[in-house]
Amino acid sequence: MTTSVTDPAPDFGRMDTYPTHDYQGFKLRAGKPIPFGATLVPGGVNFSIYSSHAESCTLVLFEKGAHQPLVEIPFPAAFRIGNVWCMIVFGLDYENTEYGYRMTGPFDVQAGHWFNPDKILMDPYAKAIAGRDVWGAKPDWNDIYHHRARLVYDDFDWDEDRPLEIPMADLVVYEMHVRSFTSHPNAKVKYPGTFAGIREKIPYLKELGVNCVELMPIYEFDEFEGSFVDPETGKQMVRNYWGYSTVGFFAPKAGFAATGKIGMQVDELKALIKELHRHGIEVMLDVVFNHTAEGNENGPYISFRGLDNRTYYMLTPEGYYFNFSGTGNTLNCNNPIVRNMVLDCLRYWASEYHIDGFRFDLASILGRDPWGAPLPNPPLLETLAFDPILAKCKLIAEAWDAGGLYQVGSFPAYGRWAEWNGKFRDDVRKFLKGEAGLTGGMAQRITGSPDLYTGRGPSASINFITAHDGFTLADLVSYNEKHNEANGEGNRDGANDNESWNCGVEGPTDDPAINALRRRQIKNAAVMLLTSQGVPMLLMGDEVARTQNGNNNTYCHDNELNWFDWSQIESNADLFRFWQQMIAFRRAHPALRQRHHLSGQDHVGSGYPDISWHGTQAWQADWSGWSRLVAFMLCGKNAATVTGEPDDYLYVAFNSHWDGHELGLPLLPDGRRWHVAVNTGMPAPDDVFAPGAEPVLENQILFFAGPRSAVVLVGR
Amino acid sequence: MDIQIRSEGTVKVVTITGTIDGATAPVAQTQINAQGGPGAKVVLDMGGVDFMSSAGLRMLLAAYRIIGGQGGRVVLARLPEELRDTMELTGFLNFFQTFDSVAAGIAELG
Repeated sequence: MTTSVTDPAPDFGRMDTYPTHDYQGFKLRAGKPIPFGATLVPGGVNFSIYSSHAESCTLVLFEKGAHQPLVEIPFPAAFRIGNVWCMIVFGLDYENTEYGYRMTGPFDVQAGHWFNPDKILMDPYAKAIAGRDVWGAKPDWNDIYHHRARLVYDDFDWDEDRPLEIPMADLVVYEMHVRSFTSHPNAKVKYPGTFAGIREKIPYLKELGVNCVELMPIYEFDEFEGSFVDPETGKQMVRNYWGYSTVGFFAPKAGFAATGKIGMQVDELKALIKELHRHGIEVMLDVVFNHTAEGNENGPYISFRGLDNRTYYMLTPEGYYFNFSGTGNTLNCNNPIVRNMVLDCLRYWASEYHIDGFRFDLASILGRDPWGAPLPNPPLLETLAFDPILAKCKLIAEAWDAGGLYQVGSFPAYGRWAEWNGKFRDDVRKFLKGEAGLTGGMAQRITGSPDLYTGRGPSASINFITAHDGFTLADLVSYNEKHNEANGEGNRDGANDNESWNCGVEGPTDDPAINALRRRQIKNAAVMLLTSQGVPMLLMGDEVARTQNGNNNTYCHDNELNWFDWSQIESNADLFRFWQQMIAFRRAHPALRQRHHLSGQDHVGSGYPDISWHGTQAWQADWSGWSRLVAFMLCGKNAATVTGEPDDYLYVAFNSHWDGHELGLPLLPDGRRWHVAVNTGMPAPDDVFAPGAEPVLENQILFFAGPRSAVVLVGR
Repeated sequence: MDIQIRSEGTVKVVTITGTIDGATAPVAQTQINAQGGPGAKVVLDMGGVDFMSSAGLRMLLAAYRIIGGQGGRVVLARLPEELRDTMELTGFLNFFQTFDSVAAGIAELG
């Protein structure tokens, strides 16, 4: 590669590289208010921080890791523009500097003000944060400044990389936790539980066939939030394992980086993203803008509370914290200042980290006004939808919150937002376990939930059966009830309505019939997920039957309850192969990845509607309340009109009944014949066949679908 | 940090010892970039480097971009394992050819 880069010439034209002020030997100059945060500029660092209610501000500088500040520099009056204090400090060693702020202002809880000049506050725009550099390393509880803002060069060399912009309809999303993915000793990676560990396992993701990883929170959080000393072992226990409690929105979790101990987490994460992109895998972040790690009235001062409490948090008229997030406080997302911060943050991740998309935790909170009322036209959601930098980013809402707002199907979308489709999860789970009365609902879910997403198309629906909240797929078919005793909350935490079925015995069993049924149910679920219109998402490890021993809320466990056990790839090789082939099948068939909702009409004169419904007799679907059979055919010629690619005819049948049924197959045109791609009623390896290798059916008229089985046929 | 520079035929061998961080990287930068020029061939002998901070790695990448931009080449020899790991994990290694010995680096360039 050649470039025309040469030594930068000294710029004698600029005068702002020279100091104008001096404070205890530190050379200063009035700074620039924009960009907010700390920015490396020629010869120095531009510090910019805002507060609507503070009266004065002091910059506190530390040498890396030092207990006491190196210097505290009050912002001269002339360095404030509006509500922004901005100052350039020259001659700082950017690698060895940590910084924070002190703010003075009123302390008046009823008015919402919590100013306290004794507290050193982290910059909300900090791009790297020290203090929890190595995962699980016990913090110094006496430190006067726990989460320490650091300085970062945004100078990563991306070469030709940029976000992949894979069409939404073509995604297969894999939801995973950075630490859980490679922490198990069986992962056998050099740096377990890190971004580097994921990089070492990219070949596995490629082999499975997913093309998007959705990372559970990677913004800096404190794994020791809410931690306690185990009375038996005396060990300080990690409590906030999942990380749904943000300390800093602009900084990657240092403890997730093998190089976090030398402050290079930014580069390590970018190198991972670049490498995933090189292998055709997008990176989506699970972002938590609904609350912060500062908790309620009893929580710590980290940043926002001391900078401008009344601006950043939704407060009751008495000055207490609204708790729509279920975690103590609620970020005031539709305050214009907070809204801008969220926008700045997402733009930063999209442009500096090449992030492909965002999944917003408890996103309904982002649509509430500062007093908690749902807005009909929430400015934040609209802003994100129309932002030019985010224009190609996927925006996905968890369309509910802990305050009772449930917006699946009605989240303000602006033609851009997709949703985690909770209705897909619930209907498919009920149907899978054999509940009656679900055939109509399944028809909606299979076709991308047009009942919920009319006008938005199937890609508005992120289809999932399992996610980090709730049972893993293996547990969904092994437990009727949650078993959360290990969480230490008397089994009161976690959801109670799991729509799960243990197949006859609660938990592990030696009964071969039950184990065979559970495996079949896992495969049936895979077929339902991967043959439905919309965007499929699977949970890390479900492809090899990862278990959490019936725990459906493992937020606090840094152990085998969460860790991916890589030995299961061998012990459950048949399941891995099944998922792999199902993903390959989806990718081979554009008919499964339509851009518009199917209509039941024939748009091309093929003589077949784009989708048709069948039963024990072809063309005779049974929608009655006691039916447990759903079968449909997709016309490959009609599929061509929406994707531009011709496809085979596909026939899919789900028999959730405990008895087998003979299915009458629709006749194919043009001398095509039915071939078997999937039959979960058959033992491996005859349960699934690679695209192109499907055996032709001897009997083209009738097919026997076994008890609780899924069948996929290809007509070509 | 100490830097020694010698010529092996048409190849410049730059031997770096000690720590390269925010304080020493600018010095190293100046001396290494001075070996650049059209058709320059530079082997950086890293065997004696005990630690490289983020600034040190950026200095290396800048040398690659600057000398490469002038039509020269920079390769690395004798990278200590920990440093190699850091460079790999943070993406800096992608830009460099590395060799187990200085002689192998010279052979590649010469």
